[in-house]
Amino acid sequence: MTMKKMSKTTKSNMITYLMVIVIFLVVEILVFTGNVSSLLQGLLVPLCAYIILAVSLNLTVGILGELSLGHAGFMCVGAFTSAFFSKCTVDTITASGLRYFLALLIGAAAAGICGILIGIPVLRLKGDYLAIVTLAFGEIIKNIVNILFIGRDSNGFHFSTKDSLSLGLEDGGKVIVNGPQGITGTPKDSTFFIGVVLILVTLFIVLNLIHSRSGRAIMAIRDNRIAAESVGINITKYKLMAFSISASLAGVAGVIYAHNLATLTAQPKNFGYNMSIMILVFVVLGGIGNMRGSIIAAIILTLLPELLRSLSDYRMLIYAVVLIVMMLFNWSPKAIEWRGKYSSKFRRKNKKSTKEAA
Amino acid sequence: MALLEVNNLGISFGGLRAVNEFHLKIEKGRLYGLIGPNGAGKTTVFNLLTGVYKPNEGVILLDGNNIVGRKTIDINKEGIARTFQNIRLFKDLTVLENVKVGLHNHYKYSTLEGIFRLPKYFKVEKAMDEKAMELLAVFDLDKEADTLAANLPYGKQRKLEITRALATEPKLLLLDEPAAGMNPNETKELMETIRFVRDEFHMTILLIEHDMKLVSGICEELTVLNFGEVLSEGNTSDVLNDPEVIKAYLGE
Repeated sequence: MTMKKMSKTTKSNMITYLMVIVIFLVVEILVFTGNVSSLLQGLLVPLCAYIILAVSLNLTVGILGELSLGHAGFMCVGAFTSAFFSKCTVDTITASGLRYFLALLIGAAAAGICGILIGIPVLRLKGDYLAIVTLAFGEIIKNIVNILFIGRDSNGFHFSTKDSLSLGLEDGGKVIVNGPQGITGTPKDSTFFIGVVLILVTLFIVLNLIHSRSGRAIMAIRDNRIAAESVGINITKYKLMAFSISASLAGVAGVIYAHNLATLTAQPKNFGYNMSIMILVFVVLGGIGNMRGSIIAAIILTLLPELLRSLSDYRMLIYAVVLIVMMLFNWSPKAIEWRGKYSSKFRRKNKKSTKEAA
Repeated sequence: MALLEVNNLGISFGGLRAVNEFHLKIEKGRLYGLIGPNGAGKTTVFNLLTGVYKPNEGVILLDGNNIVGRKTIDINKEGIARTFQNIRLFKDLTVLENVKVGLHNHYKYSTLEGIFRLPKYFKVEKAMDEKAMELLAVFDLDKEADTLAANLPYGKQRKLEITRALATEPKLLLLDEPAAGMNPNETKELMETIRFVRDEFHMTILLIEHDMKLVSGICEELTVLNFGEVLSEGNTSDVLNDPEVIKAYLGE
């Protein structure tokens, strides 16, 4: 009985990995045969970042059961720290693979640390405080980056929060982070292939975490905090663990995103509230707690507006309507009843047919 | 030495004295009942014993150690496990997983070992599965191991909650109104289960119950609580015939 159970979850995980690989191959073939417009090709790397964001946010929302409205903030932290690192070391570390790997680690660590710092006070509270604090965090990070000026010359690093002139750089000194103009000239190391590999790594981490002792503890807290405490689960520890893993994976997405742009700036569009909500839409649409669903939702909702360009003005409107419809479909008691009836009928039919075949 | 010894326990919520000068002594292996009218403070006593509330004064000795002021999770590690009046299962986890959460502190591997699927993960998970299935089999729940806890019938949910509590390997098991919402047949089965747990696991059990048939059927000793104070205590039959107790339950 237990062996069957194990293989069932492993099988489901395998299907998810396989799905990602198949989509990757299909896209590669389409690109190779010239069936993908250059516009869509440009979307492939950001799409990888969005998928990782969706999967990592699903860890917070679906598995931990806490609402986070500032996921783009963690992405922003990962993006800027890693872009800063890459730009500083682009001359000293010439092997782009090694530099990218280090950038990944730095981006993930920085975002993870932010996650821990926010999580320590907030996750001790019961209720929706996390949503409010993360919402504020996302906006704060975006605004800090916009007033941050960092330059480097032979004397070392110079910081300022006013403008690039007040950095007082020597001749030949370089401005690395230029306030609202952001970071220009980050090496474009991200490729679709690396993105897909990182999606697989993210899935590996998240899915394996869920189906382990720690994952069970996290879900137990989600389902019933008081009961989890009564059987000796350390609530704060496991909440913090899930939240910081989720944050550092968002940082990874930020690294991918940053190393795909000539100019990295923090605007409301890419790191603001809208972005956080968009990721949340991916999660809700794909099914809360359902990683495969998050991936599919991220793909559809990223590509659809590009495919239906004439409708792109109504994109946010369509999002809102789709979100409401999906919420009703997922959570309304009548809809659940209907789905239960439908799926059990379907299953019974399946069983019958297998029996007949046997 | 008694397994559990409580002395002079008291707690106030604002101006309300919920529990006052409460005392209790349970010997190892006993089946002890805590009864009293609604609002007498029975569940509050449970919450004090498990660290959900911190008492204003008093001592709680478990096996000689004072556990007053300890956190709920530490008290569970010390050896007190409980069930809840309104069932609190991990609804979206399977029956098997519910029990495995109960085993959490006895079968360990690190999070990294879990994520990277190192050999220890497989070894410990296998041991957990075996132990959990063994426990489930005892309570006749092994056939439902893969069912979601939320989809179990009511009586089995109660049983699963007891199984989960036992998985934490407690010295003392607290059952908060285990028969609530059960029909007479289910109650009868439950009584057998409780007695079985006591005998098979050599467990000491303290239970809150309103169902007098259950109380008089299985409890060896009773404490009656009324308005937060001990009204009567001793052997079940003596207590139930105490005129004070009858007065508290039936009025004058």
